[in-house]
Amino acid sequence: MGAAGGGCLKIAGTIAGQAVPHESAREHVTGDALYTDDLLLRFARPLHAWPVIAPHAHALVKALDFSPALSEPGVATVLTDKDVPGEGDSGSNRHDEPLFPTEVMYHSQPVAWVLGETLDAAQRGARRVSVEYEPLPAILSIEDAILAGNFHSAPLRLARGDASVIESSPLYFQGELKIGGQEHFYLETQSAIAWLDETGGVAAHSSTQHPTETQEVIARVLGIPRNKVTVECLRMGGAFGGKEVQANPWAAIAALGAWKTRRPVRVRLTRALDFALTGKRHPFLARYAAGFTKNGRLEGVRISLYSDGGWSLDLSEPVLSRAMFHCDNAYLLPAVEITGLICRTHKTSQTAFRGFGGPQGMLVIEEILDEAARRLSLPPEIVRERNFYRDGDTTHYGQPVKDAGRIEIIWSRLKESSGFAQRREEIDHWNSRHPHFKRGLAITPVKFGISFTATFFNQGAALVLIYRDGSVQVNHGGAEMGQGLHTKIQQIAAETLGLDLESVRVMPTSTGKIPNTSATAASAGTDLNGAAVADACSQLRCRLAQGAAVLLGCDVADVRLSQGLVFPDAEEHRAIPFARVCDAAYRQRVPLFAQGYYRTPDIHYDPQAGRGAPFHYFAYAAAVSEVEVDGFTGDYRLLRTDILEDAGDSVSPLVDRGQIEGGFIQGVGWLTLEELVWDAKGRLATAGASTYKLPSWTEVPDVFEVNFLERATERGTIFGSKAVGEPPLMLAISVREAIRDAIARFGAGGPVLLESPATPERVFFAVQRARAEREARVSPVGATQ
Amino acid sequence: MKAANSSQSPDFLLNNRPVSVRGVDPQTTLLDYIRAQGLTGAKEGCAEGECGACTVVLVANRAGGSEYRAVNSCLMLAPMAAGHEIYTVEALAAGGKLAEVQQAMAAGGGSQCGYCTPGFVMSMFAEHYRPGRVGPCDPHELGGNLCRCTGYRPIRDAALSLGPAPSGDFLDRLSRPAPRLEAIEYESAGARFSRPNSIEKCLSILAGDPEARLISGGTDLVVESNLRSRRWKHLVSVEAIGELREFSESARTITIGAALPLNEIAMRWSTAPDVCRQWLQLFASPPLRNRATLGGNLATASPIGDGAPLLLALDASVRLASQRGRRTIPLASFFTGYRRTALAPDELITAIEIPKPLPEFVRFYKVAKRRMDDISTVAAAMAMDWDASGRIARARFAFGGVAPVPLRVLAAEEAVIGPHGGQRWNDAAVERVQAALEKTLDPIGDHRGSREYRLAVAKSLVAKFLWERREAAA
Repeated sequence: MGAAGGGCLKIAGTIAGQAVPHESAREHVTGDALYTDDLLLRFARPLHAWPVIAPHAHALVKALDFSPALSEPGVATVLTDKDVPGEGDSGSNRHDEPLFPTEVMYHSQPVAWVLGETLDAAQRGARRVSVEYEPLPAILSIEDAILAGNFHSAPLRLARGDASVIESSPLYFQGELKIGGQEHFYLETQSAIAWLDETGGVAAHSSTQHPTETQEVIARVLGIPRNKVTVECLRMGGAFGGKEVQANPWAAIAALGAWKTRRPVRVRLTRALDFALTGKRHPFLARYAAGFTKNGRLEGVRISLYSDGGWSLDLSEPVLSRAMFHCDNAYLLPAVEITGLICRTHKTSQTAFRGFGGPQGMLVIEEILDEAARRLSLPPEIVRERNFYRDGDTTHYGQPVKDAGRIEIIWSRLKESSGFAQRREEIDHWNSRHPHFKRGLAITPVKFGISFTATFFNQGAALVLIYRDGSVQVNHGGAEMGQGLHTKIQQIAAETLGLDLESVRVMPTSTGKIPNTSATAASAGTDLNGAAVADACSQLRCRLAQGAAVLLGCDVADVRLSQGLVFPDAEEHRAIPFARVCDAAYRQRVPLFAQGYYRTPDIHYDPQAGRGAPFHYFAYAAAVSEVEVDGFTGDYRLLRTDILEDAGDSVSPLVDRGQIEGGFIQGVGWLTLEELVWDAKGRLATAGASTYKLPSWTEVPDVFEVNFLERATERGTIFGSKAVGEPPLMLAISVREAIRDAIARFGAGGPVLLESPATPERVFFAVQRARAEREARVSPVGATQ
Repeated sequence: MKAANSSQSPDFLLNNRPVSVRGVDPQTTLLDYIRAQGLTGAKEGCAEGECGACTVVLVANRAGGSEYRAVNSCLMLAPMAAGHEIYTVEALAAGGKLAEVQQAMAAGGGSQCGYCTPGFVMSMFAEHYRPGRVGPCDPHELGGNLCRCTGYRPIRDAALSLGPAPSGDFLDRLSRPAPRLEAIEYESAGARFSRPNSIEKCLSILAGDPEARLISGGTDLVVESNLRSRRWKHLVSVEAIGELREFSESARTITIGAALPLNEIAMRWSTAPDVCRQWLQLFASPPLRNRATLGGNLATASPIGDGAPLLLALDASVRLASQRGRRTIPLASFFTGYRRTALAPDELITAIEIPKPLPEFVRFYKVAKRRMDDISTVAAAMAMDWDASGRIARARFAFGGVAPVPLRVLAAEEAVIGPHGGQRWNDAAVERVQAALEKTLDPIGDHRGSREYRLAVAKSLVAKFLWERREAAA
């Protein structure tokens, strides 16, 4: 299984590595690209589903009366637990997510679903279902869950060395950091359409990152084997982790409705419902204690992480694990003790979101390093670089830090290219002339582990079909959500088969083509599926070369395939079309399809011991950001960002650049604007685009320099490339640190406490505290000693 | 009133094809209507005019011809489209050749998941064809579109890469005026939609039906319909009333028609000072400004609306009309309570009047989580005049987001004017104003900001107003 797409013949390297537009770009801009709900018109007499939602965060359902709803014009039926032939639960691991709960566990949880001839009829019907609730006390914060001891599972621990050394460190401090969650706000809300197929099975279009699990949940709910369920994902209008497991309940409801009524059923959450019903990035609370030498070397750290898991377990365990793995970011933690707990609260079930816990873990260590720097009156970037991993170091879970030297290389190159030192001086000068406005500058690194931490997920598969006319269909296990996976797959297949891009059609993801797939997640879509596609294409290339050698009268080793032509090496004038080689192969009874498979080698992890090498490699990057803070309001602007990213040998530079820029801005949203606020009743108060603000184009820095690390070939990956989906999100920490740097300039240089996100309100009060600190220090009246 | 004998048919041109909304529930959105026609390029991303995935363009008049205006199709009710000429993304590449905006977006990585893309394309298309545009397309025109994937840089670059609009049918179209909007009277699914074309007819409808609800741009009311399932038996659109869309400026008064869309105010108020231009730019987003009106903004009486504070600081008045007569009242006495106004049920705002000369120094501040297209946590407008000796002759401090109504704070004015004449505008005066605000303002704490922040930032903005005055003087 050649990860590098090798095989028996030389790859030209003319299509992979090219900056090509997204394979659906044309369809995107013309409106021809179809998404799940756009297919509705293709179905005859579909029914529309709408939930009956609970007005409590925690309550018992005492009685349900559907009769008024059923008499509403246009209401077809109501779905309840009595309609479930199998198991009425969509929970992914623990089966702890009843579709028709008797105990409401979060505000707006659906307790039943109404099917209507029109959406309006379903909505009217849902309003007329009368439900009797017995409200119960709700736990709505991490702090309350800790007090109540309400956790989803036993604590997780990671440790190395003796963390108690910190108590005798020259610098010792403790602190706490609150980290807010984040709504995915994929532009396409959750949607599914299900129907009974022609042979007694159930089929569904679902906007899902994990068609296999969606299939599994539908089969579970209907009590039928998985071979009777086909789930297809055409493409998603964004997902970001929010459709990794959370696409399942809606598809299950659609399938259950179709099973009951024998008509197509459509579920599409409106934005308001999507906000209210679906999980988010986990809010975290971190409590820490750290010890440093006087020159800023970290001696040890103790971190307690509490994540807000919401009502069900979902993916909270692996999210917390990843947070704990990434408490080091790019730094050596000589002595460390990390504990993690998942709080059970009466909120939506928090779930995967780009970075998957990594961002929260990294934020904690960056918080600690910045605080240490300011306590020691050292520049934060100096403290950061003094603690970098060096070649030969291992992580706190025992994995050697492969290519650790790249951290230093990226750091120094980026400081140079961004003019960091000179700008630092210019900014100091600017700040001295502006008492009401301050600019801040910060550089932060990213080291992000690539692979699913559950080792068995690290497999990919493909099925490549060549037709006699030389056209190709590629099926693989990954789903397209805008990340450009299909674009890279198309490039990998075209490259390996020696074709142009137009000859390769990447098919929608279907459980009918590739079984038992992993979610498209963990930045690993291309690593896993791309390698599988290359494997299948290499096999086919070798088979075709055998026949071509006969046709061309040359040695197999000399056969070259390029741009749809097949020719002997250095004799391009003798080229014959790829199609002719395919047709000849068919006549020679050579199979023109192949399965490809890939499993990530050499990864292992023992969760009990907290030791192993869970990651195939690390993705590295760094960012420099500069901001300006308005002391009158706490408002700020991002002026400039420079990024240097190690993407290996990029398979698709335009796609990768898009991932870097988009991930970075999404991270900026998480750390600055995007604030989830739950009210006292557990209702999400920011449940719409008018109250929950994601970045718009004006948040993009005027100067936004993105570059790739050169000569960065990664050994043992598809075409030497590296994953790029998640790591750039964490580069946004540079913006938060730049804001903290600016706030510090209003004060006397002491530590800056700032909850996340850094909303203008929080920045405003932090500026006020900083100014008070300065006044206390300079004014003899305010001095206490 | 029967639809059949009294009205123009509710037809419109959709991608050059006549279509009719007859039989459609009047509260069906234009977005749902066009998607049901098989035109699924426009998407619903939020149903409240924030994300722009539903953006289409309509043809609107502009001096010497017409222009394309990006609008949120989720915030137009289907009968509001009557008489309009509307284009969706599907119209752009007719014949298989991508429009320049499409080419620019596709080639440079402007799309990732693609879901928001048709909306961006349509906003950029309207900007690309904007008559009289010099230089590249202005990315600010994309302020009403959200993208969650790209980080916007390639979209910004696509806009900046576009030169003049190419010749062809789309450009030719703009040499002719937009279709004239006729009166319509439309009834379907038990609900009525009226669009009179004169103030008199409108007042007569209002007088005849106490349940009639006025709708102007619909950018607030349709959100109520979409998100809270509000239904009205009778909606009365003021869009076809020419008199409500006038703008005039005399030596003593600036008069803004109540139903003039905000973007047209900016276009027609040629003498508008910078502060008013900034105010209009901070107001919602381009597609919303293409539909939303000042009359509608004031009539909703939102305590956090962007319209009122500046108008209060400019001593604006509102002109009202009913069959009982016409009256003009100061805006400061128009707001009577939370979401309540002095407007009688049969009454219509016809215009907003701003007296001249405008104050010497005026600033508008909008504090929000996001700088553009967000709802204010606190909005503030301050205006000041000085006499020849440098003493304050007139001061206005008006706020949104700090009380149940948009508030002109008289106590703050008195603090610097005083019974014995004006004072100098300095740090001591700022402190007096802040003390008055401390006593007067009664903000709430909510998801946009805490009570403490609202109060503190309102006071801080007074200091900023002094600082800006000093900077301007220096």
